[in-house]
Amino acid sequence: MLGFLKEPVVVTAKINVSLVALTVMGLMSRLWGLCYPRAVVFDEVYYGQFVSLYMKRIFFVDDSGPPFGHMLLALGGYLGGFDGNFLWNRIGAEYSMNVPVWSLRLLPALAGALCVPLAYQILAELHFSHCAALGAALLILLENSLITQSRFMLLESILIFFILLGVLSYLKFYNLQKDSAFSGSWWFWLLLTGVACSCAVGVKYMGLFTYMLLLTTAGLHFWHMIGDQNLSNVSLLCHFLARGLALIIIPMGLYLSFFYVHLALLYRSGPHDQIMTSAFQASLEGGLARITQGQPLEVAYGSQITLRNVLGKPMQCWLHSHTNTYPIRYENGRGSSHQQQVTCYPFKDVNNWWIVKDPGMQQLVVSNPPRPVRHGHIVQLVHGITTRYLNTHDVAAPLSPHSQEVSCYIDYNISMPAQNLWRVEIVNRESDTDVWKTILSEVRFVHVNTSAVLKLSGASLPEWGYRQLEVVGEKLSKGYHQSMVWNVEEHRYGKSQEQKEREVELHSPTQMDISKNLSFMAKFTELQWKILTLKNEDTEHKYSSSALDWITMDTNIAYWLHPTSGAQIHLLGNVATWASANAAALVYLCLSLWYLLRRRRKIYDIPEDAWQLWMSAGGICGGGWAVNYLPFFLMEKTLFLYHYLPAVTFQILLIPVVLQHLSDHLCRSVLLKSMFSALVVAWFSWVYFVYCTFSPVTYGQPVLALAELRALRWKDTWNILIRKQ
Amino acid sequence: MTVTLKTIKSISKKILLDFFLTLFSIVADWLLWFVFCCCVFSSWDETHFGKMGSYYINRTFFFDVHPPLGKMLIGLAGYLSGYDGTFPFQKPGDRYEQHNYVGMRGFCAFLGSCLVPFAYLTVLELSKSLPAALLTAFILIFDTGCITLSQYILLDPILMFFLMGAVLSMVKCNSCADRPFSASWWFWLSLTGVSLAGAMGVKFVGLFVVLLVGLNTIYDLWDLLGNLSLSLVMFGKHLLARVLCLIVLPLALYTAMFAVHFAVLNRSGPGDGFFSSAFQSQLIGNNLHNVSVPEHLAYGSVVTMKNLRMAGGYLHSHWHLYPEGVGARQQQVGVLWCYSDLSDPSSPVEFVRHGDIIRLEHKETSRNLHSHQHEAPLTRKHFQVTGYGINGTGDSNDFWRIEVVGRRTGQLIKVLRSQVRLTHVATGCILGSSGKTLPKWGWEQVEVTCTPYLKETPNSLWNFEDHINPKLPNISLDVLKPSFAEILLESHMVMIRGNSGLKPKDNEVTSKPWHWPINYQGLRFSGVNETDYRVYLLGNPVIWWLNLVTIGLYLLITVATAVALKRGVQLTSELKELSRVVLRAGGQITLGWLLHYLPFFMMGRVLYFHHYFPAMLFSSMLTGITWDALLKFCAGFLSCSTTARRVYGGGFLALVLLILYSFYLFHPLSYGMIGPMASNPSSPMAGLRWMDSWEF
Repeated sequence: MLGFLKEPVVVTAKINVSLVALTVMGLMSRLWGLCYPRAVVFDEVYYGQFVSLYMKRIFFVDDSGPPFGHMLLALGGYLGGFDGNFLWNRIGAEYSMNVPVWSLRLLPALAGALCVPLAYQILAELHFSHCAALGAALLILLENSLITQSRFMLLESILIFFILLGVLSYLKFYNLQKDSAFSGSWWFWLLLTGVACSCAVGVKYMGLFTYMLLLTTAGLHFWHMIGDQNLSNVSLLCHFLARGLALIIIPMGLYLSFFYVHLALLYRSGPHDQIMTSAFQASLEGGLARITQGQPLEVAYGSQITLRNVLGKPMQCWLHSHTNTYPIRYENGRGSSHQQQVTCYPFKDVNNWWIVKDPGMQQLVVSNPPRPVRHGHIVQLVHGITTRYLNTHDVAAPLSPHSQEVSCYIDYNISMPAQNLWRVEIVNRESDTDVWKTILSEVRFVHVNTSAVLKLSGASLPEWGYRQLEVVGEKLSKGYHQSMVWNVEEHRYGKSQEQKEREVELHSPTQMDISKNLSFMAKFTELQWKILTLKNEDTEHKYSSSALDWITMDTNIAYWLHPTSGAQIHLLGNVATWASANAAALVYLCLSLWYLLRRRRKIYDIPEDAWQLWMSAGGICGGGWAVNYLPFFLMEKTLFLYHYLPAVTFQILLIPVVLQHLSDHLCRSVLLKSMFSALVVAWFSWVYFVYCTFSPVTYGQPVLALAELRALRWKDTWNILIRKQ
Repeated sequence: MTVTLKTIKSISKKILLDFFLTLFSIVADWLLWFVFCCCVFSSWDETHFGKMGSYYINRTFFFDVHPPLGKMLIGLAGYLSGYDGTFPFQKPGDRYEQHNYVGMRGFCAFLGSCLVPFAYLTVLELSKSLPAALLTAFILIFDTGCITLSQYILLDPILMFFLMGAVLSMVKCNSCADRPFSASWWFWLSLTGVSLAGAMGVKFVGLFVVLLVGLNTIYDLWDLLGNLSLSLVMFGKHLLARVLCLIVLPLALYTAMFAVHFAVLNRSGPGDGFFSSAFQSQLIGNNLHNVSVPEHLAYGSVVTMKNLRMAGGYLHSHWHLYPEGVGARQQQVGVLWCYSDLSDPSSPVEFVRHGDIIRLEHKETSRNLHSHQHEAPLTRKHFQVTGYGINGTGDSNDFWRIEVVGRRTGQLIKVLRSQVRLTHVATGCILGSSGKTLPKWGWEQVEVTCTPYLKETPNSLWNFEDHINPKLPNISLDVLKPSFAEILLESHMVMIRGNSGLKPKDNEVTSKPWHWPINYQGLRFSGVNETDYRVYLLGNPVIWWLNLVTIGLYLLITVATAVALKRGVQLTSELKELSRVVLRAGGQITLGWLLHYLPFFMMGRVLYFHHYFPAMLFSSMLTGITWDALLKFCAGFLSCSTTARRVYGGGFLALVLLILYSFYLFHPLSYGMIGPMASNPSSPMAGLRWMDSWEF
C-alpha cells in the first residue's frame, strides 16, 4: 500500500544551461530599458487607438488583420490598468502618466525574447548539432531589426513567436511519431501545432503562409505513411483523423473564438459603425440601437421608413428627397425632367422618411390590424415631407446617362405620366411569401413599367444637388450588387392622415420594443467579410518599400526621433546577418540542385541520412523564407520592411544549417575543418561588431553625435535623420 | 493470316478515325457558318478588334493592351477578303451594309472550328480511347458558348486555336518520345514552339500555356536525366533541341511579329499619345515627324515637357488662379513651359547639364514654376505647384535641380531621349503628375504636384519634346530615333501598364472568377431590347455543369487511385493502363485547367466571362477522359462481357444524347433571339432561364 515510501523520492532534473542562458540573454536584450522612449513610436500610433477602444469597449473594424493580436496588446494594457484615455494622433507624442508603457510593450518584448530559445530548439529538433543550434539562437539574439520590432507595441514579434512555436511543435510531434504515436506528448505537440498556427493567423493573415507550409509538410509526411505497408488501414485512418482534428478543425474553432471574444468585449457603438450593416449596428449598445430599439418588425402599408443603401460605399447613406428640382438643362446640354430630386444623403434627416403606400388605396396610415408587405408586392413610396411619389422614367440620369433618372413626381401636365409603381423583392428571403422586415430584410425595388432597379450609382451630384449621392434606375441590371439593395433602418407605423400632423409625427423619435440580436455567426461572417474587403485609399508612405528592396535591405524605417537631441530609433537589420543569410540561401539552392542532379544520375555525394537532414532542414527554413517572402511580389498593398521579418527569421535559421553541412561534408581534412571553424568564429565576431555598431539606433540610446550618425549611413538609400542646425 | 487481319483492322480503324475527324470539322464549320452570314450587325468587342483590323489595312498607329498577332491576322484576313478598312465600328449593333466583313468573321470561325479536331486528336492521343475523344468533340461542338465566341471578330478564337495547337503538338511530341530526333519528333517539337509564339502573340494569357509546356518539358528532361542508359552528351542534345525549339524559336517569332507590327503601322493615329515622344517622331503625320530641333538643351531655350506616365500630358499653365480654399491663391499649373536662363541673352550658349539648378519660366505668362509647402488641390499629401513671380523674378522657391535618370553629373540633356527628374531645391520634393483630373475650375486638366515621396515612377519623370533655341543648330530627329529593342521594351511597358490600369469601379457589377465554372452569368453580345436581335454568350449549362461535376469526380478518382497504388494494391493490367491514363493524361489536362483558371483569382484588372474559355477547353477534355475511364471501370466490374459492353455503350450514348438535347434547347442563345426577354413569362425562352442571373 504505502510501497512508494520504501523508496526515496528522487527528483532528477535535466537543465540545458545553454538554453536557459539564451532565454535570459534574450529577455535582457528585449526588455532592457523598455519604457524608453516614453513617447509614441511608429505604428504604436495605429495599434494604440485600438487598445484604447478595447479599454472603452467600443466597437471598431481594422482591415489590417484579425483581432487576436490587437487583443493581446489590449491585454497588456488591461494588466497595466490602462483606462484608454490617450489621444493617439502623432508619432513622437509624449505619453501621459496614465499610460502603462511598460506593460503595453511587455507582451511583444516577451514574444521577441522567446524566439531566441525557440530558434535553438528548432535546429535541435531538426537533428543539428548543439553548436549549430546555439549559432542560430545567437544570430536571432543579435538581429537588430527583430530587437527593434519586439520592443514596441507592434504585432510582428508576436507573429514570429507563434510561427516559430508552430514549426517547433510540429517537429517535436514528427520526431515522436516513430516511437510513441498517440502518446500524451505526441498529442500535446500535435495540438500545440494547431493552436500556434491559428494564433499566428489570428495575429496577422501573414501567419497563413506558415500554416500552409506546415499543412503541406504534414500532408507529405502522411503520404509517406500511406506507403508504409506495416501500418493497418485502421491505424492510418486514426492518424488521418487526428491530424485533421488538430491541424484543421481546432485551428478553425480557435479562430472563431477570437472573433467571439472580440465581439463579446466590444459591445458599444463607435467610430466605425457606418461600415457595418444596419442589423449589425443595431446590435451594438448606443448608436443606432438607441434609435431603432422597439420599432415594429414588419413593414406594413402605411409604415414610415428610412431606407439605407446596403453597400455603404463610398459612405453610408439614406434614400432622400427635397423640394429642389433637377436643373432643366445640365452643364453639358442634356435635358432633365425638371422634377424633384431624389438622392442618397449621408446624414440623418427628416427628409429621409418615406411612406409605404398601397397603390389601390388612398390612406397613408397603418390599418388595424396592420397589413404587412410581402416579397413581390407592388407598392408606392411617398416622400414624407413633400408627399410626392418616388418615380422613374426614360430620362437619362444626371451623371450616369446610361441609367434612368429617379425623381419624385411633379405633375407638370406634360407628356410624362407618373410611373411610380415599385415591386418589392426581398433578396435574402427564405420563402417567396416572406414579410418585409425592418433592418433584417435586404430589398430591391424593381420599377414595374421599365423593370429598372433603384440603385446608388456612387457618383456625387454637383452643386445643384448639394454634393449628395446620385440615385438612378439601372435598366440593365447585371445581376446582384449591393448598390441596388436597400434596407429599412428606422421604422414606425404611421398614424396621422393629415399632412401637418404627419410632419410632427415624422419629426418625433420612434419607440417601441423588439430586440433584434444577430447570431454570432451572422456577425462573424459580416465582420470577417468587411475585414477582407475593406480597402483603404492608396496610401503613399515615406518609408514604404518594394519587396525587392528588402533582400538587400536598401530601405529602412525611421521609428522615432528625439524632439531635441539626435537620438533616434530605426528599423534596420544586422547587415552582416542579412548578407550571410542571403549567401546561405544561395549556397543551399546551388548545392541542392547539384546534389539533386547528381543523384538522378545515381551518384551519391553524401550519405542518405545526411541528405534527408539537408532536405528537411531546407524544407522548413528555406521553405519558410520562400512562403513568407515570395507572395509579397503579388500583393498590391503598401509594403514596409517589417513585412519581411518573418521571412528573414527563417532565412537566418538557414545559416547554421549550411555552415554545419559545409563543415561536415565538404571539409574533408582536419586542417580544413579547423580553418573553417576559425573562419566561422571570425565571421561571428563581425556579426557581433555590426550589432554593436547599430545598437544606438536600435535602442535609441546612447545619443549619437552628427558625425557618428553620418558614419552609420552605410547605404545611400538609408534615411538616417540628421537634424539641420 | 493474323498479321494481315491486324493490319486490316488497324487500317480500318485509321480510316474510321479520319472519318470522324473530317465529320467533326464539317459539322463544326457548318454550325458556325450557319450563323454569321445572317447576323449583319457588329457586336460587342467586334467594335474593338474589327476596328484594329481596319487600322492595319489603313496603316494607322493604334494602341492596345494585347500583343499584335491576333489583330494582324484579322487585318490580313480582311485585306485578303477585300475589306477596305472603311467601316467605322463605332458601337455594337451598327449594320455592316455593303462592307465586306465575312472574310474576317470567316477567318475567326474557321480557327474556332479547328478547336474541335484539335481537342479530339489530343484526347485520342492521351487516352488512346475513341469514345473519350468523341465525347470531348461532342462537348465542344455543341457548346453554345464556344459557338458564340467563334462567330465574331474576336481574339479569343485565335488565342484558343494557338493554345490548343500547342497542347496538341506537345502531346504528339510526347508520344514520339520513343524515337527522338526523327522527322516527326522535330516537326511536333517545333510546331509546339510556333504555337506558343502564336498564343503569346495574341494575348498575354498565352503565358499560361507556355508554363504548361514548360512544366511538361522539365518533367520530360528530368525523366531523361534519370535514364542512365542515356549518355550525358545525348542528354545535352535533348536539352539543346528543346531550348532551340521551345525558347529560341518562339522568341524569334514573337519579336518578328512586333517588327512587322511596327513596320506596317507607320502613320500617326489614335495610339500616338501612349508612346514616348521619341517613338512618335517616327510616325508619318505626327507633328514630331521630320522635325528638326536643337539636340541639347541650353539656357534660354524654349521647350515643352511631357510627362512619362501612360498617355502623359504636357506641363501647362494658364492665366487662371487656383480658387479660394485650394492652397495658395496663385496661378494654376495643369499639366507649356519654357526655359528661363539665369544669364543674359547676349552671352554665349551655355548648355544645361545634369545636376544644374535651373528656373523654368512660363512663356505666355512669364511666371516661374514654383512650389511650396501648401497641400496640392487633390492629392493632399503632396505639395502644390504654381506659377509665381512677375516677368521672371520670383523667390527661392522657384529653383529646381534637373537630373537625368541613369547619368552622371555634368552630362548634357538630350531632347526627346533624356528622362528628366525635377527636384525642388527648397523642399526636396519632385515634380510629378498625380494622374487625377482637376474639377471644373481646373478645366479638367490633370493635376501637377510636387511629391515628397522619392520613388522612381514614370509619374515623376519628364522629357523635352519641342525645343526652340535660335543660337543652336537644328538636327533632324532621325538621329534620336529609338532602336528596335527600345521600341519593343517600351511597347511592352505600355501594354503592361495599360493592362493593370483596367481596374473595376466600386459600384460596378463585375464578373468574378468563381462565377465562371458554374456558368453563373453570361455576356450580352448584341441586342438589348425586346425588338433587337439578341445574342448572349453563355455556355451550354448542361455541358458546363457536367464539366464541373467531372472535375470533382476526377479528383475523387485520382485520390482513390493514387492511394490504392501507394498502398500496394495489386491491379489487373487493364486497370493499370486505366490508372495510368487517369493519373498521367488526366493530370496533364488538369494542370492545364488550373494554370488557365487559378491566376485569374489574383488579377486586379477587370475580368470577363470569356476569360474562362481556354480553361473550359481543358475542362472539356478532362470530361472526355474521366467519363471514359469511369465507364470502363464500371464495366470492368461486370463479369459478363456483353453486359459490360452494354453498360459502357449505354452510358456513353446517354451522355451524347444529353448534350445534343441541351444544345437543341439552348441553341437560340448563339444563333440569336428576337422577341420578349426571358424574364418575361410569355417568352419561349422563359422556361430555360434556370438561373436568375441569366439575362437573355
